[in-house]
Amino acid sequence: MSGGKINKNAPRIGGMRRGPGHGPPGAFPVQKAENFSLTLKKLIRYMKGSIPAAIAAMLMTVGAVAATIFIPKAMGDAVDLMIKGLTGGGIDVSAVLQRVGLMITLGVAAGALRYGSGFIFAGVSQKITFNLRRDIYAKIDRLPLKYFDKVSNGEVLSYLTNDVDTASTTLSQTLSQVVMSAATIAGVLVMMFMSSWILTLIAILIIPVSLLLLITVVKFSQKYFTAQQKNLADVNGHIEEAFAGHNVITLYNNQDFSKARFDKLNGELYDSARKSQFFSGLMMPVMMFTGNLGYVLICAVGGLLVIGGVMSVGAVVAFMQYLREFNQPVNQSANIINTLQSTVAAAERIFKFLDADDERETGTLTADDVLGDVEFKNVRFGYEPDKIVINDFSCKITAGSRVAIVGPTGAGKTTVVKLLMRFYDLDGGNIALDGVNTEEFSRGGLRKRFAMVLQDAWLFNGTVRDNIRYGKFDATDDEVHAAAATAYADRFIRSLPGDYDFVLNEEADNISLGQKQLLTIARAVLADPRVLILDEATSSVDTRTELLIQRAMESLMRGRTSFVIAHRLSTIKDADTILVMRGGDIVEQGPHDELIRRGGFYAELYNSQFE
Amino acid sequence: MKKAFGFCLKYWRSIIFVFALLLIQAWCDLALPEYMSKILAEGVAGQNSALVWRYGGIMLGYAFGVCTASVTVGYLSARIGAGVSRDIRAELFSRTADFSGAEFDRFGVSTLITRATNDVTQIQMFLIMLIRIALYSPIAAAGGIFKALKTGGGAGGSAWIIAVGVGALLTFIAVLLLTVQPKFLRLQKLTDKINLLARERLNGMTVIRAFGTGAYERGRFGEANTALTDTSLFVNRVMSLLFPVINLIMYGIMAAVIWLTAKSAVSAQSVADMTAFIQYAATVIMSFLMLTMIFVLFPRAVVSAKRVGEVLSTERSVKDSPGAADIDTVTDGVEFRDVTFSYPNSEAPVLSGVSFRAELGQTTAIIGSTGSGKSTLVSLIPRLYDPGGGEVLFSGRSVKDITLRSLRKNVAFVPQKATLFSGTVKSNILFGGDGNDGGGEDARMLEAAEISQSAEFIGEKSGGFDEPIDRGGANVSGGQKQRLAVARALAKNAPVIVFDDSFSALDFKTDSALRAALRERCKSAAVIAVAQRVGTIMSADKIIVLDGGRLAGEGTHGELMKTCAVYADIAKSQLSEEELNK
Repeated sequence: MSGGKINKNAPRIGGMRRGPGHGPPGAFPVQKAENFSLTLKKLIRYMKGSIPAAIAAMLMTVGAVAATIFIPKAMGDAVDLMIKGLTGGGIDVSAVLQRVGLMITLGVAAGALRYGSGFIFAGVSQKITFNLRRDIYAKIDRLPLKYFDKVSNGEVLSYLTNDVDTASTTLSQTLSQVVMSAATIAGVLVMMFMSSWILTLIAILIIPVSLLLLITVVKFSQKYFTAQQKNLADVNGHIEEAFAGHNVITLYNNQDFSKARFDKLNGELYDSARKSQFFSGLMMPVMMFTGNLGYVLICAVGGLLVIGGVMSVGAVVAFMQYLREFNQPVNQSANIINTLQSTVAAAERIFKFLDADDERETGTLTADDVLGDVEFKNVRFGYEPDKIVINDFSCKITAGSRVAIVGPTGAGKTTVVKLLMRFYDLDGGNIALDGVNTEEFSRGGLRKRFAMVLQDAWLFNGTVRDNIRYGKFDATDDEVHAAAATAYADRFIRSLPGDYDFVLNEEADNISLGQKQLLTIARAVLADPRVLILDEATSSVDTRTELLIQRAMESLMRGRTSFVIAHRLSTIKDADTILVMRGGDIVEQGPHDELIRRGGFYAELYNSQFE
Repeated sequence: MKKAFGFCLKYWRSIIFVFALLLIQAWCDLALPEYMSKILAEGVAGQNSALVWRYGGIMLGYAFGVCTASVTVGYLSARIGAGVSRDIRAELFSRTADFSGAEFDRFGVSTLITRATNDVTQIQMFLIMLIRIALYSPIAAAGGIFKALKTGGGAGGSAWIIAVGVGALLTFIAVLLLTVQPKFLRLQKLTDKINLLARERLNGMTVIRAFGTGAYERGRFGEANTALTDTSLFVNRVMSLLFPVINLIMYGIMAAVIWLTAKSAVSAQSVADMTAFIQYAATVIMSFLMLTMIFVLFPRAVVSAKRVGEVLSTERSVKDSPGAADIDTVTDGVEFRDVTFSYPNSEAPVLSGVSFRAELGQTTAIIGSTGSGKSTLVSLIPRLYDPGGGEVLFSGRSVKDITLRSLRKNVAFVPQKATLFSGTVKSNILFGGDGNDGGGEDARMLEAAEISQSAEFIGEKSGGFDEPIDRGGANVSGGQKQRLAVARALAKNAPVIVFDDSFSALDFKTDSALRAALRERCKSAAVIAVAQRVGTIMSADKIIVLDGGRLAGEGTHGELMKTCAVYADIAKSQLSEEELNK
């Protein structure tokens, strides 16, 4: 209802937001969190219940790394045994077998531990995902509607899907990766030092070379990646605009112009895409080269050390293996840091949403037995505190009477409804139900005896029966059928395949607009409210259904206090009171004849129709 | 699929070059273990430091070779990938821009957009992957196997171990994917379900609060959330088997090779060969692993390629017929002769046997309930669609005998949904530039703004007519958009003007002022207006009443009230007795 004319589901432009995930690692400018450590703390506090499991998984990872780093050693020993055997006395096959057996045992142990930690981490991450989704969803209920004036539905949807995915899945991945990388680097360094400090020095000295090259590549690729994203957004924007407005472009012979503009944008995209792809593609060769450089140096220098009698052949062979295991986490470190950053950025958005202020409850009463007298007393209201739209509105409506709200498009006709339902709080004055200030009711307790039938009929993916029963969950089937009959909906429902069990599809567009409205009326009938809020259709419904809707609304309003956002002149004229809105404020009020006599804005509106 | 990849043919020279470079890269890469083994066997075992230095130098050369070749491949593959996607996008855009309404209806706007954006990106990514990995992996695997077989001593004889390793790897991955694949599909469905529920929840926020059904909604969401969590937990746990098992296979191969070599080794050469062999085996296994990754990504790219291919192989249905000519002067209005129209895949025709005339200098209104075919009827005039039967005449000639360009230049059409384009107020009013060749654009623009009741709000904008308009007209209100759309039509100075229910977002006052100004301005034109409300068309020269695609009545308001039951019904449902007789 708030901002009903704006498409609140407009998807957020993708691309930049997701951070890593596609393409080569490290080449993306990553979204950074505003307060990294605070968010990280919150995230850790959020996963409190899973901390023992996470620690167990980390210990298992360390165990797996420990097992892994002894494998090259065993292999080197086997090689040395063979060399020794060949230079004199034959190979001690059973000793070699022992080393081979050790390798396999260590391999199996490492595999089992690594799988175990993966198994546990998956559980931890899914538990956090589940909780985050549950909490975000529940939070939607507790936030004031005002919040959603600033944050679009698309954004909330994105917290619930993209951000939760990013935060929780990468969290567990990066956690295990960080632990594993750190343990590997430390463990391998120790093993390497024990084997040869000269070769270790070579391995370490290559790191700055490697990092320098990588940083240069990343810097270039980020520049072109940003350009590519911008050009891609331009191209996609042009496509969207041209396709959505295709009719108009055709009708105004604009195709050639549109194509020329597209070709220009497409050419720019090609240019930046080519460069961005090339530079981000450089990561692999660079890493391969520094890896090979180390390999060559270890081979040569290691060979010389063997000749000098400082090292054994097996130790050099083992060292090559260590070098490989050492380079991997070093090369990945940039990637891990990036992932961690986008994880925390996503978590920050989620916590910002979860930490937003809840709607305040001011009372505890429940409107069980009310007549439906409504009184507005000096009501003051603005969507923004500094932009008051309703200045001072007072009006007394006796139970059972009918109020029409009229005004030009954009005059704020739904504002009154939002205040009545306490979707928004007043800036001054009060609204009373049966003489009791509505702030003394709990919001839920107040709304119990209110019902709304809005123009954009809200139905969900489910059966017709469930959709009607939404007005009163404990209603029997007979009550549902009776409500449908009162709302003139029974007949069309019976003509649907499966009648009351007919399933509305996801967009709820397998029944007509008019039929949807009849269903929402039936729902309101079943709820049996004291105060009704109706929104008359401006959208086109076929004549026969329109007549049914009119009759259904008529029978729904009988004996109930009703507020109608009215477009049909007959409804307006039959109303007990007309509220005339203009520019957000209520400028006139009174019955039709009196307002016409007064010759003000209402009279002007009314007469302009038949000029 | 074929069509999408046909675009690569243009780059065949680069592709052959890439292939040659990949051969060089693989050759250099596989030479490294060989020289390492030589260092060990000839240099170390022979106590010859000079040989160690020499072989080390050669290895360095090969490492440079690998690097140079792969950088060049990266350069070329980026060019091919970006080039192919540019070409596909251009072709796709150009083709889609020429589609008629029928083709747009068949696909739907949103999927056409995704096809031209996401799907093309998807193809580009896959293509680059294909070049860098799919092309390289088989070369590296074949080279690795060849080198492994060639290594002398005991190792060469144990090449069958590589076969066992590859077999184990492929079997494992196949079993893994077969286990997980059905769950992946379910995962997608459950994610969609979560999205659906969240969207419903957000759109129905006020209704849910009004009925106080938050707890019920949380329950529905909770079920879906649990199902999704359980399924992804299963998938994640199965997938976390991948790396431990692959590592184990590698260790197994190493251990087996060492064991077999130990049993048969005769010299230091055998041991050196063994270390080289182990590295070849690793290369082969990694290549196969990469290839399976391609197979995982392949189905997604195929889907994208298919979707793109569908658009590319669709021919537009409305085009200039061979003898079509331009119109010089318009001498007559629009005439429908026994026109029938059906949308594809729908049983009942939208229009059947409709005949009427809309004269120059008159206002012809069209009314009827939703689905009676009003919008379809008017969209036949500028040939957004072609009728299935009968014909539409413009200025006494069948619209099919007039060039599309000339026809559309002479018909100003204001669609139901006002669409603006990024640019300025001016570029939107003078959109397309029909009639701009004669000069006097500014005068026409000012007049159009005046009549469409836009002049006032344009004047209030700081930039006036040069005020920027955002993409899709996001920075102007619905009512302003509609008025600018009317201005755009008026600026064409066309002899036929069609309004397809174009005033719905205007308030009563603006609406009536606009109509009054229009009557004044369009005295000599044929005005055809589709309407919902009887009140707005009572004064038309002629009213056409449509009911279920058939002509239910034709005449003035007074005549129709007496003769046409459908019209009288609509009028009575909207207006009071006194207003009807006004």
